[in-house]
Amino acid sequence: MRFQFILSEIGIGLRRNLSMTISVILVTFVSLTFVGAAILTQTQIQKLKGEWYDKVEITVYLCPRDSTVPTCADGEATQEQIDDIKQVLDSPEVKPEIKTVEFESKEQAWKSFEENFSDRWWFSEMSVEDMNASFRIKLTNPQQYEVINEVLTGRAGVEEVRDQREVYQPLFNVMNKATLVASGLAGVMLLAAVLLITTTIRLSAMSRKRETSIMRLVGASNIFIQLPFMLEGAIAATLGAGLAVLALWFGVRYLIQGWLETSMDTIAVPYITTGDVLFIAPLLIGVAVALAAISSIVTLSRYTKV
Amino acid sequence: MIRLDNVTKVYARGARPALDDVSLEIERGEFVFLVGASGSGKSTFLRLVLREEKATSGRVLVAGNDLTSLSNWKVPTLRRHIGAVFQDFRLLPNKTVFENVAFALQVIGKPKHHIMTTVPDVLEMVGLAGKEKRRPHELSGGEQQRVAIARAFVNRPSILLCDEPTGNLDPTTSLGIMRLLDRINRTGTTVVMATHDDEIVDQMRKRVIELSTGELVRDQTRGVYGSSR
Repeated sequence: MRFQFILSEIGIGLRRNLSMTISVILVTFVSLTFVGAAILTQTQIQKLKGEWYDKVEITVYLCPRDSTVPTCADGEATQEQIDDIKQVLDSPEVKPEIKTVEFESKEQAWKSFEENFSDRWWFSEMSVEDMNASFRIKLTNPQQYEVINEVLTGRAGVEEVRDQREVYQPLFNVMNKATLVASGLAGVMLLAAVLLITTTIRLSAMSRKRETSIMRLVGASNIFIQLPFMLEGAIAATLGAGLAVLALWFGVRYLIQGWLETSMDTIAVPYITTGDVLFIAPLLIGVAVALAAISSIVTLSRYTKV
Repeated sequence: MIRLDNVTKVYARGARPALDDVSLEIERGEFVFLVGASGSGKSTFLRLVLREEKATSGRVLVAGNDLTSLSNWKVPTLRRHIGAVFQDFRLLPNKTVFENVAFALQVIGKPKHHIMTTVPDVLEMVGLAGKEKRRPHELSGGEQQRVAIARAFVNRPSILLCDEPTGNLDPTTSLGIMRLLDRINRTGTTVVMATHDDEIVDQMRKRVIELSTGELVRDQTRGVYGSSR
């Protein structure tokens, strides 16, 4: 009886304020889509980092024939200098950080250079002597770049120590900025959602003032009077969250899995999946319910007093 | 049943008190008229008993509850023991007679079978049998007030408060309403009725409490409307 009664009250309330209900749904939908997009962007960054940082290497470029770097003043790196670096890499302080070391000679470098760029107009200007010999080092923990950098930079015969992670940094910067923008928009929209839910509940409470005043008069409990209004807000907000999840799901399904992944199949990186969307869905719905709850508590304590 | 000990009610700071140091006691099963000019404090008295307002000072006791210290969440339980009827009926226009009365039981969580048996009984008692499916606008003023009384009485409250229940009705219809209230009173329900209707008060010869600018000026058993007459 009670339950049924509350349900019918909710139905009446939602229908009576249909346009407001729809606007609550839409505003929560848009705001939570931004929240979701921000979270998914961060998820994507984490995935890329996990994937790329596993592959990235530190490249220790040795001095080529004519280099302007001070440590290369003696010209091309000698065998002695190379052995010296090998020794450093084998030393007990450095060795535990290193997973693998590969030495790439000038000739090997030239070979891969030739494969990649032989069709370019400037290729004829280049020769094997322009290539750097290098050490390709993989670390057990890619964050430990500084250890290698410290022991090798400035050593005779080393032109440069380069962390490949730097190459990805601009991309991550862009994605982090996108996250900030999405979060900012989400914040503004969430504020709008709270205000709108507040207004909707207030309107709903005022349009049913006659009913609620009789309810109070005959001794209906507070929770019984207020619950329909609270649930109205919560239902509308949850519907909005549902739409947001749906939009993100379709976005990931068709934009990322359907288009990005197939059109950029040369770069095999792990993209976010619809599974990630479903993973954050409870969070989005939780945010929606929390918004509605906060708004109702603020509003109802004022408009349906005992 | 209702007791006021030196009750004063001031609405706005510095304003004249709506009730000024009023003490009175109404026993279980009594029928009491509350008379006095507009602004004399009748409505304030009823609002204090319903705990829609809190007394500024003094003590209000209703059905064994001290309303001065009654916590907010207990107020609904208190109101289930009090029925209230108003001059403007306060019915829900989009609900039928039956639904209007049933509403009072639904919102306090009574089971359906209880509603289905109690509501027809009370509608018959107030003389509205056969009009269950009508809507308020299809009824006369007197009939609408009977619906309101049925709604107030359906939960068998121990106190029935009436704020000028005949204020919008013609004398004949008013008489019918008074007979109904008298019947309800004889079931043991305490009835407190604020009114301006001198004819009714003079006819019924019940206890009369007169307020004037917030002060209790007369408390008379078997009294009449005007003390000077």
